[in-house]
Amino acid sequence: MQPLRSHESYLAFLGHRLSGLALAVFLPFHFLALGLALEGAERLDGFLAFAELPLVKVAEWGLVTLLTLHLCFGIRVLALEFLRWPFPSDPRLRWIFPGAAAAFVVGLVFFVQIA
Amino acid sequence: MTETLTVRIWRGKAEGRFESYEVPARANQTVLDVVTEVQRSLEPALAYRFACRVGVCGSCAMTVNGRPRWTCRTHVRRLGGEGTLTLEPLRNLPHIKDLVSDLTPFFEKWHKAGGRFAGTAGRQDPPQRVDPQSASRLAASAAIECINCAVCYSACDVVAWDQDYLGPAALNRAWTLVNDARHGAREETLDRAFAAGGCASCHSQGNCTRHCPVELSPSQSIAGLKRSTLFGPPKVGEPG
Repeated sequence: MQPLRSHESYLAFLGHRLSGLALAVFLPFHFLALGLALEGAERLDGFLAFAELPLVKVAEWGLVTLLTLHLCFGIRVLALEFLRWPFPSDPRLRWIFPGAAAAFVVGLVFFVQIA
Repeated sequence: MTETLTVRIWRGKAEGRFESYEVPARANQTVLDVVTEVQRSLEPALAYRFACRVGVCGSCAMTVNGRPRWTCRTHVRRLGGEGTLTLEPLRNLPHIKDLVSDLTPFFEKWHKAGGRFAGTAGRQDPPQRVDPQSASRLAASAAIECINCAVCYSACDVVAWDQDYLGPAALNRAWTLVNDARHGAREETLDRAFAAGGCASCHSQGNCTRHCPVELSPSQSIAGLKRSTLFGPPKVGEPG
């Protein structure tokens, strides 16, 4: 990463943007799976069996982690834009690490449940 | 034996090359001192820009080891870099020659954002009273000391992606005027800041605030403009 961008605020932007893009890629597949339910139990059951594969479970874990990360960093952006700033030079930097930690913990809980 | 500093300097315009120079490493030397030494001793044709040398005029900014900085107040020994400096012109601006960027687009956007003060009183009128502790004046004062060095403009990735984006300095200026009770075109300035390429294009990356040499927070000013899109312009003159 260029020295210009090696700071917390930019990393939070990257995390928020990339997790958002990943979720945007996921959503059509999510709706496709929901749509299968309308086409009969057999096709849905087939998809659900596919969703039990270990690789898909790992992908689900990534999805849950990214969703939490996107939520936490999105809340930070809303706070930046709607609330008064505590210090002019501090764009809520102290929200970034807890947000990343929350994503890790939620991902860990999910992983323990599926393991 | 005198220790030396290796300086890699961009020569040319958009097309060009780095050339290396060796200058004595001194106990107290700024990056601007180094550039001046190169020009006076080694490369008389080297083009660079400076005026005050004390961090007031904002004219000596360039890219130092990958970051935009004001070179007159940047001490070489604080940069690390193990005896090597890499100097380039500011990015996001046309290059004129060597270390000199053309700041015309920067100032054009400053005006496009409604940055010109429009007075409402004449010279015969008494001075307008401004409460220095009012919320609007405090907001304006927090952002007013911009020296227009274009470091934030050069640091901003959105400027790099979107040539219509007004940039942090222009929007910071707009925010000071929107909060200035004496400005006669507050609504117009706000409209310009909301228009395409204005505050809504900011992605809150924070490169501007991170690199501002006078420690202003254009991010905060842009956030203030964004808030005004929903809640209306700040009320001037109310207690802070």
